[in-house]
Amino acid sequence: MASAEHAETPQTATEYVSHHLTNLTFGKIDDHWAFAHSPEEAAEMGFWAINVDSMLMSVLLGVLFVGLFKFVITRMTVEAPKGKSWQNVIEMIVEMVQDSIKNSFHARNEMIGPLALTIFVWIFMMNAMDLVPVDWIPLLAQTVMGDSHAYFRAVPTTDLNITLGFAVSVFFLIIFYSIKVKGLGGFLGEFAFQPFGKYAIPLNLLLELPGFLAKPVSLALRLYGNFFAGETIFLVIALLGYWQLPLHFGWAVFHILVVSLQAYLFMMLTIVYLDQAHTDH
Amino acid sequence: MNLNATIIGQSIAFAFFVWFCMKFVWPPIVAILEERANKIAEGLQAADRAEQDLVLAQERSTEQMKEAKQEAAAIIDSANKRAAQIVDEAREQAREEGQRIIAGANAEIEQEINRAKQQLREQVAALAVAGAEKILEKSVDQAANEEMLSKLASEL
Repeated sequence: MASAEHAETPQTATEYVSHHLTNLTFGKIDDHWAFAHSPEEAAEMGFWAINVDSMLMSVLLGVLFVGLFKFVITRMTVEAPKGKSWQNVIEMIVEMVQDSIKNSFHARNEMIGPLALTIFVWIFMMNAMDLVPVDWIPLLAQTVMGDSHAYFRAVPTTDLNITLGFAVSVFFLIIFYSIKVKGLGGFLGEFAFQPFGKYAIPLNLLLELPGFLAKPVSLALRLYGNFFAGETIFLVIALLGYWQLPLHFGWAVFHILVVSLQAYLFMMLTIVYLDQAHTDH
Repeated sequence: MNLNATIIGQSIAFAFFVWFCMKFVWPPIVAILEERANKIAEGLQAADRAEQDLVLAQERSTEQMKEAKQEAAAIIDSANKRAAQIVDEAREQAREEGQRIIAGANAEIEQEINRAKQQLREQVAALAVAGAEKILEKSVDQAANEEMLSKLASEL
């Protein structure tokens, strides 16, 4: 399973791990558009570059998500589904999301349900990619691209860009709904006039603004950190020869919990943050 | 680790999938779940109603049964009474009929006796007349005799 087999020069353990954790970045280097051949080149590309591997996995899984749901919806029945069926799975997920919203979200918003469902299922699927043996997806990508050295990071949530993409979107939704519900004055007033009243505006800002800005950062870093660390351990385990089999199994079993827990947490926090955006406090 | 435009790409993808989910995925599932919940609620209500109906029907049936029993008892009672009446009437009629027959028979017997007496009287009268004729050996005035004879006959 170790990718050392298909590398021309023997890799060190550090090289193996960092190779798996380097994105396939496409951007402008030396005035032409190309894939980066090293992390340094990728850094040189600056902001206007894109991690093709993360985006590809992300969009593929997103399409799989809506495709699966759409497919099941077309043959859904009002009668209770019999036996093992995808309808059961989907109903369970939707009911779980509905329950979470009912318990934590007290305003009315048409978007909160689909938003929470998308976050939960999509992030769950991305996270679940770390249960696939670490070399399979990169090997497939390298075969397709015809480049045995190509970088390919198979778990999108180990890419901070992806988790930040979620978190920043949620952050903008928080700002949008805060202003929509409370008005611009009400929204800004929450930072300025709490908790010590209008005579301590600088102190209030100092207390409230970091907490507000920490929301997207903590959302993104929590998910990214969990999966970056988890994937690193999967990679280290993959270096252990035959010992990797029981160890991988154990770590994967533990990660089944982490995969669903982190997806659930991201969804739950999004619901809670948006609930706060909808209510005066 | 580089922050790059992947953030923007992911945000766009996120927006698209949320929109798609909001448009095509969430509403039909929620609609089906709601419809099922309604159906189950309706079913439970119907079961409740049926149970109530059953209790009512049982009450009504026992009541009807009681009524029917009472009616039957009344009918049997009146039938018995009527039967006794009919028997009584029949007995009365039979008695009257018998008396009438007896009376008729008596009357006939009396008539017969009277007629026999009459005949006897007439014959006795005729005999008497014939005897007298023979004794007198002469014919008496027919008319005077008749009168005398009938007087005699009625005295007998």
